Amino acid sequence: MEKREKSSAPTMISPWRSFLQYKLGVVGLGMLVSIILMALLAQWVAPYDPYEIIEATTSDVMAPPSSEHLLGQDDTGRDVLSSVIYGARISLLVGFAASLLIVTLGATIGMLAGYSGGRVDTILMRITDAVLVVPSLPLMLVIIAVAGRGLTNIILVIGLLSWTYMARVVRAQVLSVKERMFVLRARAIGVSHLGIMINHILPQVLPVIFAEATLDISYAILSEATLSFLGLGDPTLTSWGSMLSRAFMRGAVTRGAWWYLVPPGLALAWVTLGLTLLGNTLQEIVNPRLRTHYLFDERKMVAFKLMAGKADLSAKKT
Amino acid sequence: MHRGDYIIRKVGFSLLTLIVVLIFNFYLFRILPGDPVQMIVSPRMRPETRERIRQAFGLDKPIWLNIEQAKQTGNAIKAFDSQFFTYIKCLAQGNLGESFSKKQPVAELISMRLGPTVLLIITGEFIGIIFGSILGLIAAWKKGTLIDGLAMFIGLTAWALPAFWLGIVLLILARGSLPAGGFITPGVIFASKAEEWLDIARHLVMPASTLAIMLFGAYMLIVRNSSLEVLAEDYILTAKAKGLNSMQVIRYHVLKNTSLPLVTIIALDLGYALGGTIQIETIFSWPGIGRLMFDSIARRDYPVLQGVFLLLAVGVIAANFLADLTYVMLDPRVKA
Repeated sequence: MEKREKSSAPTMISPWRSFLQYKLGVVGLGMLVSIILMALLAQWVAPYDPYEIIEATTSDVMAPPSSEHLLGQDDTGRDVLSSVIYGARISLLVGFAASLLIVTLGATIGMLAGYSGGRVDTILMRITDAVLVVPSLPLMLVIIAVAGRGLTNIILVIGLLSWTYMARVVRAQVLSVKERMFVLRARAIGVSHLGIMINHILPQVLPVIFAEATLDISYAILSEATLSFLGLGDPTLTSWGSMLSRAFMRGAVTRGAWWYLVPPGLALAWVTLGLTLLGNTLQEIVNPRLRTHYLFDERKMVAFKLMAGKADLSAKKT
Repeated sequence: MHRGDYIIRKVGFSLLTLIVVLIFNFYLFRILPGDPVQMIVSPRMRPETRERIRQAFGLDKPIWLNIEQAKQTGNAIKAFDSQFFTYIKCLAQGNLGESFSKKQPVAELISMRLGPTVLLIITGEFIGIIFGSILGLIAAWKKGTLIDGLAMFIGLTAWALPAFWLGIVLLILARGSLPAGGFITPGVIFASKAEEWLDIARHLVMPASTLAIMLFGAYMLIVRNSSLEVLAEDYILTAKAKGLNSMQVIRYHVLKNTSLPLVTIIALDLGYALGGTIQIETIFSWPGIGRLMFDSIARRDYPVLQGVFLLLAVGVIAANFLADLTYVMLDPRVKA
């Protein structure tokens, strides 16, 4: 799937054509857009309002799908379909807000590290590695257990612990851009460091940031869902994760209430998959040789290559 | 020389991270509003008793350093008679405190639950690696075709799925045929050890499969990309020219030297796998550390939370350190 080499000066190729070539990315974009639309138009699309007070009888508890409730009812008699539709808002909100934090924090650190080099770079990268090493879900659990539940806390915690991938990716890109002609020329005529970072390097880094941010959004959405499922979500809101938590805790599995258990998770999977496909494709477009990815770790690459009996490791530099 | 530097650097890094984690763990639970003693005292106790309990726990001492006492007694070592250093001393003795809800030492609780978690992780990783490797090899061999795209799609989908939902779906699907949870069928006396292990294995199938599905996407991607690089090498061409067919090429040239690198990979993945384990154990009522953590959140059992978190963090730091060590041995062109 490798195409032509990228020349050092930014070329004006039509981004749309190379994009369509990666059909998976288009599929991903479509999936994402559908969820965004659903979230924005929730009031008109959802048959009921999940936050209003209703009257329910015992026969309403986890009732199977009917003509009035297309996806049945949950443990309090509310309409599952409406809750799922409104739940999109929370997931998307957390996803975008957390990724905003991630971009700000990660891109700044990455740029500083990449551009400064030397001591600053080493220190920043050590900090990044340290944050990366500590297992994230247990840490998030512990922090929220102490700091208290709430949407702001969740967004903060996710944002503060997930910026490492962005920092790495941005740093790598900065390192490759730093040595290019136009940067050296700018330095020669005396542009300040900050000026170079903002005017010359940043535009080259933005596509990478964008691609990585897409993946970070999906990671944030998954994290919020997991935290909510484990009981640490915002108690006042009905997010997909908290729906699944209630369903599971209140015995939906024993009742066989698949209409309560499957749709929220399906919606989650839909959004996450869409974002992942999109993000993957964006990464390949933006810099196919930049092999940083959530699922990727160069050390693992080396380990697997040895499993393959690769004799000469010095030949290929990843 | 280069390697020695690298190792020393890694040791220093791991130790530093460890210290930061210790300090963080200690301080986090001191930020809690209110009096920590409230958790274990009855409201009917007199204030004097409460004060005695606080003293017994050393909560009347300063948090970080006890400078005053050092000045008074003229003994510098007394400066370390503070909450923080008492904490460190306890840790060194293996004392992780006592659970609020269960009145048992935390260390004991953890050691009881460690076995099932280790079993789950090892099995899940094993299945995930094998499955991921096979799929990755297939994808690499058939690069660019529909099969490759399909394999990639499956791998990415598996990674994007929330682990807990995956577990729930599997639970629904397997209802009736496989046990719905737990480690072993309760109240049953087994004819032999083998039968007992068979029962455990039946309970293990779904949790381990869920973990495997969670993990295999990453392995598939890595194996695919590594294989692509290997397959492009000249010696593969030589092998083919020699007359080896595809299967033989794969077997002889693509799958050697597995054990050491495999351990490295598992070690690097441990943090992520632990996150998944917490969810999986909750869903399948698997009596492991993840489940312990989940239960103690609901019960506000802070000593247990603290202890489990510390264990997990230390475990992952150690695992990463070991992985880095083996990485030094694996890759001769180690970056300084």
